[in-house]
Amino acid sequence: MPKSEPSSTIAWILGFGLLAVVLIVLPHLLSFSQQEILVFLVINVLLVCSYRLLTLTGEWSLAHAVIMGVGAYTSALVAKELEVPVPVAMLLGASMAGFLAFLLSFPLFRMKGFYFLIGSFAAGEVIRLMWKWSDLTFLFGGPKGIKRIPSMPDIFSIDFYEPVNYYYLCLVVVAVSLLILYRVERSRIGLTFHAIHWQDKLAESVGVNTFRYRMLAFVISAFFAGLAGALYAHYVGAVAPNRFGVEEMVYILIWAIVGGTATFYGPIIGVVALTILNEVILRSLDVDEMRPMFYGAILIISILFLPNGLESLLPKIKGWFAGRKERRDALAEQPAE
Amino acid sequence: MTVELLLQTVVNATYAASYMALIAVGFVLIFGVMGVVNFAHGELYMAGAYVVVALYADQALPFFVAVAAGLVFVGLLGLLMEFALFRPLRDNPLGGLIASIGFLLILQTIAVLGFGVRMENVPPSTQDKIVFLDGAVLTYQRLYVILAAVGLLTALWLFLRKSKFGWALRACAQDREAAVLQGMSINQTARLAMFIGAALAGVAGALTAPLVSPTPFMGHSVIVTAFIIIIVGGLGSLEGAVLVAILYAFVHTFVTTLYDGTLANIVGLLLMLAVLIVKPTGLFGAKERA
Repeated sequence: MPKSEPSSTIAWILGFGLLAVVLIVLPHLLSFSQQEILVFLVINVLLVCSYRLLTLTGEWSLAHAVIMGVGAYTSALVAKELEVPVPVAMLLGASMAGFLAFLLSFPLFRMKGFYFLIGSFAAGEVIRLMWKWSDLTFLFGGPKGIKRIPSMPDIFSIDFYEPVNYYYLCLVVVAVSLLILYRVERSRIGLTFHAIHWQDKLAESVGVNTFRYRMLAFVISAFFAGLAGALYAHYVGAVAPNRFGVEEMVYILIWAIVGGTATFYGPIIGVVALTILNEVILRSLDVDEMRPMFYGAILIISILFLPNGLESLLPKIKGWFAGRKERRDALAEQPAE
Repeated sequence: MTVELLLQTVVNATYAASYMALIAVGFVLIFGVMGVVNFAHGELYMAGAYVVVALYADQALPFFVAVAAGLVFVGLLGLLMEFALFRPLRDNPLGGLIASIGFLLILQTIAVLGFGVRMENVPPSTQDKIVFLDGAVLTYQRLYVILAAVGLLTALWLFLRKSKFGWALRACAQDREAAVLQGMSINQTARLAMFIGAALAGVAGALTAPLVSPTPFMGHSVIVTAFIIIIVGGLGSLEGAVLVAILYAFVHTFVTTLYDGTLANIVGLLLMLAVLIVKPTGLFGAKERA
């Protein structure tokens, strides 16, 4: 990576400062229901970013929604039945999701590409069906799931039952998580993920244990997906098997595909853009039932006409601006004779 | 387990095997020729069922007219998918899969908008039934599905083995580039495969509509079943798909009868995982294509 110039560093700091101010002020400009949506949006950002980490190795999993559910169920059960404090329960939920990914790695990473896709789907469905299974209702609550999950206790007399406060909590947790994910990607480990994606045979031949690195990517990605699930569970207060079904997985895929997965910010753009579209535009049109159709159409249009996602538009826009500036400069340089 | 129950379960499993085979063979055909995993295959099945809901249950047309309409309509949907989605994305298998997920959402929404989310009640077209020795019952409604599966799959097999188009289809499935070099039209074979594959799903949906209470979301369990069958059978193996459809239908029906449906689904998925781990090319699959 080339060393950035000081001016661009300042631009970055200013940019992030501005972003932070916007994120802190934003909930106070919104209605109560919009604040709730904002909470889900922040959780979904973590979900889709954790998903991207796995796609770095070139594997597309269809178990991510279920793994998020593992975090949610574990955290909910531990907090409710064992009365573990909620923040600890959340970490336990995330760890459980990571541990499950560790176990699943052994069968699943014997496969690659399409087979991995289908295999992860099957493994996820098995877990989800266990939650639904009547013989395990005493534990997982069957199709109705778990209700009355303890909510986040007050810390420093901040009431986390309020969406705004819970939003700030999520914001902090997600920001730290994203920072970790970003550091992982930029580290040697992240570079190895890329190497495995593009040249797995070559990587293996220079001594990279591709299985171990795939597993590592899967476990880290699952940990943060589980954390997202735990954040979700203690906010909503209920989890059910169908909440983590194929539909949720499809949404994760749509966010990632529409945003693009080549850059760190791609999936974030995807989830933010689609949430705004969903909540602001579709809601105002009052077409609740047609929502999946819009999503389907957006998915098709973006895969046909924008296969690299919304993120691929940014360099184009930048280039266009740069080009315009150059043209203007060239015009200015022409002496007025 | 009494003899009567055993016989009845065998009859039920035969019926289940028939419609599963129709769906799975279409799915494999599309995968083999196009190289695309058609996630919307369950929704094509759903579309077939809703054609029967619209024409037979609502408009009171004869049942078999509605079934024929379902076959043609869903076949045309397949052509639409080929033209609009899979042709532009031919060199992008993941793209085709994603696009078919988009198509699935659109079909589902159309069904919800047109018919509502509730279960449709389709009256049986006939009350006749066969009663076997020990009291096991096979209704004609189920017999139609079995006969259609046997008839259509035999016809397909003959078509693939004996006709020129069938040879072209199989050639494309084996090696697309070589087939093109021999002067076969990729677009034509792709259209043919999509039409047949989709129509088979459509006819399965149309024939089972009076038996399953169609809902816009009925495709989900079907696509899971199709996945299990093609993975266990081996991708691209039509014979494998038929054999595994029969095997899986028997396992699933017996576990459902003896224990419960959720466990049957879990068993099916575990079976698939086991095959994926031990022999990813499936029981009847050839070596993976390069």
